[in-house]
Amino acid sequence: MSLTSGGPDGGGRTTALAGVRSALAAVRAYLRGVMGADAYERYLEHHRAEEAAGRCAAPPLTEREFWRDRTDRQDTDPQGRCC
Amino acid sequence: MSPVSRGAGGASETTLVQDPALPPVAVDESVLEAEDRRWTPAKIAVWVALALVGGLAWVMLALVRGETVNAIWFVFAAVCTYLIAYRFYSKYIEKQLLKPNDVRATPAEYKADGKDYVRTDRNVLFGHHFAAIAGAGPLVGPVLAAQMGYLPGTMWIIVGVVLAGAVQDYLVMFFSMRRGGRSLGQMAREELGVVGGTAALLATLLIMIIIVAILALVVVNALGESPWGVFSVAMTIPIALFMGVYLRFLRPGKVMEVSIIGFVLLLAAIIGGGAVANTGWGQALFHLDRVPIAWGIIVYGFIAAVLPVWLLLAPRDYLSTFMKIGVIVLLAIAIVVVRPEVSVPAFSEYAFKDNGPVFAGGLFPFLFVTIACGALSGFHALISSGTTPKLVEKERQTRFIGYGGMLMESFVAIMALVAAVSIDRGLYFVMNSPASLTGGTVETAAAWVNGLGLAGVNVTPEFLAGTAQSVGEPSIVSRTGGAPTLAVGLSHIMQQFIGGAGLAAFWYHFAIMFEALFILTAVDAGTRVARFMLQDSIGNVIPKFKDTSWRPGAWLCTAIMVAGWGYILILGVTDPLGGINTFFPLFGIANQLLAAIALAVCLAIAAKRGTFRHLWIVALPLAFAAVVTITASAYKIFSLVPAVGYFAQNAAFSQALADGKTSFGTARSVAAMEAVVRNTMVQGVLSVVFVVLAIIVIITALIATMRAFRAGGGDSTEDPAVPSRVYAPSGPVPTATERAVLDEWKAAGISTVPAAHH
Repeated sequence: MSLTSGGPDGGGRTTALAGVRSALAAVRAYLRGVMGADAYERYLEHHRAEEAAGRCAAPPLTEREFWRDRTDRQDTDPQGRCC
Repeated sequence: MSPVSRGAGGASETTLVQDPALPPVAVDESVLEAEDRRWTPAKIAVWVALALVGGLAWVMLALVRGETVNAIWFVFAAVCTYLIAYRFYSKYIEKQLLKPNDVRATPAEYKADGKDYVRTDRNVLFGHHFAAIAGAGPLVGPVLAAQMGYLPGTMWIIVGVVLAGAVQDYLVMFFSMRRGGRSLGQMAREELGVVGGTAALLATLLIMIIIVAILALVVVNALGESPWGVFSVAMTIPIALFMGVYLRFLRPGKVMEVSIIGFVLLLAAIIGGGAVANTGWGQALFHLDRVPIAWGIIVYGFIAAVLPVWLLLAPRDYLSTFMKIGVIVLLAIAIVVVRPEVSVPAFSEYAFKDNGPVFAGGLFPFLFVTIACGALSGFHALISSGTTPKLVEKERQTRFIGYGGMLMESFVAIMALVAAVSIDRGLYFVMNSPASLTGGTVETAAAWVNGLGLAGVNVTPEFLAGTAQSVGEPSIVSRTGGAPTLAVGLSHIMQQFIGGAGLAAFWYHFAIMFEALFILTAVDAGTRVARFMLQDSIGNVIPKFKDTSWRPGAWLCTAIMVAGWGYILILGVTDPLGGINTFFPLFGIANQLLAAIALAVCLAIAAKRGTFRHLWIVALPLAFAAVVTITASAYKIFSLVPAVGYFAQNAAFSQALADGKTSFGTARSVAAMEAVVRNTMVQGVLSVVFVVLAIIVIITALIATMRAFRAGGGDSTEDPAVPSRVYAPSGPVPTATERAVLDEWKAAGISTVPAAHH
């Protein structure tokens, strides 16, 4: 994210802008991770890896099914929150 | 660099060998050690500088006696101590006691299911774990402990976390991870046998009831006679319901989107609350006494615990996490920018007495039970076993997530302490002393607090009334429980950072709102967890109860749990002696006893691994927690000073009733005297039960430890070792050797990044 490394077409600002943009994207991805917003993507990733290894026959859950399943399983396996 | 591992950990573990076709899945221990030992001049300079700044900060706090001390020294003392402890002590624990082995797969790898067991980026998991352990506890205890001055609390928070709290969290997380993410209760049963395991389970159940009750009491005290607070906190319920429906039916999985919408609605509820509280109908509807609010929370607690998770708990959790991260970052920045001056003495007049108005009892042991969360919190053992160990990617990361995560919570406690000691001392005592002492009005409260003879205390009724008005409250006299004081302190700091005096009331209610949000989430989740534990226990006798989807059983067990904490809550709210000052010690004792139980289980496990030379790492905090809590319980049970001992108080009031008196001490009627007799009996009996259960657990753990010592080790209850097929660095930033391994994976064309973190 260097402000001095401009491209040949005077793109110093564009590089900086790109840097800011990628930093913001990293912050967003981090927050999504902490909040658990990326759970479905991670599930799909796991599912794909299983498929590639030839271990998984059933198609993956859809996004709606996945989130339903996630909260419904919490109904039967609650986790404490701290004081 | 040879990736082949030594057999680390359990005595019975055979040497694991990784798949030779893969790049190294672990950095060899000897390479790591060599890297640690390579002291370049720059590295030496950094650590010397940290030690000097930290040392200077401690000197400023502990030895220099000026008129005031700047809050920035708290930050420096804390951060430098944490960094040094993390770099040296936690590494020592890792090397000598836990011996993680990165060749060994974690449950997130060998049990991967894409749902509960998911390899998670270490930095993300750090944030996730921190959000799960940090709540209202570290915000409340330090505020009450400020009665004794700033130094005792600061020292205990910082030293306690380094040697006890963070050690407990780290150990429990590591041992649970080695057991596929088993819970503390299951580990206690396995390691301590039926007697110890059952005592641990029963103690945990009772402790959860008392913790939920006292947390609820804090909320009730913050909302009593505060129409603004009641309105904005009540609005969190419809906001959460809306978010739940949105996530379930409208846009499933759009967690960030709905959290931002919820956050904006929360802000609107806080701002709207100010307007509503000024209207006639707002006053009529939301100006409530503490007893109806307590009943409201009891009814809420029952309904919330039987509703499906998606409707209320899940969205509330998202809101609470969102607020937690935002508020803590904001407060840290504000303290560094504003750098408030603290005029509270290092040791106050009450540090060496046992008759403080905020809570009774001397510095030892009561300081150490008043501040539980932030220094040593047994409740964390329930979080550190369970969810987080199922998400850890590599074994070595537990030091950063477990030990480091707790250091962060400790920092939150330090910030709460700074906020509490940066407000006027007289105001502090007026807010935190029960109405039976302050008399409840600004005139009586000012006269009372000025008459205490405390240094630097001279308040006028006008100042008290003006402060109440500036934060939008009808009164700030006897607003016990810690939350309102923290809110005043936070508002005092934040308005200098953003918004000026015009936003004082907004920041006050913002603080009340997030504390209530954390607590109500904990109440809801705590009731649910306790209900499952109860169902499981009853299920041993009546098998039908094991079926958690069986409605009558679920409802009955929920009702029993709610009745349990609800009863204590009502006792606390109606307590003639003030509530918080007599009940809060029970909260701290319960929490620390749970810590003693968790550490006792860890001691037994560590002994069975055959690492006797370094067992003191566990024995030290266990001994301290045991001594503190058993001494505190003994005071509460046997002390002849009525303000300290529950049974002494009980006897004094019983005698007064028998003598036909109609008013005694701060109880002004026969009914109030009878209430004191009843409350002290309940508190006393609970103290006895807690301490007996904890002693049983500790003794069974010591027996297991001795047995392992004689045999030179014991059976390992760990899951079988499976070789890992992935690699990830252990700390927040990869070291040079770790980067080299990452490059090897990159060169081999295999992604080392956990799913969906590109």
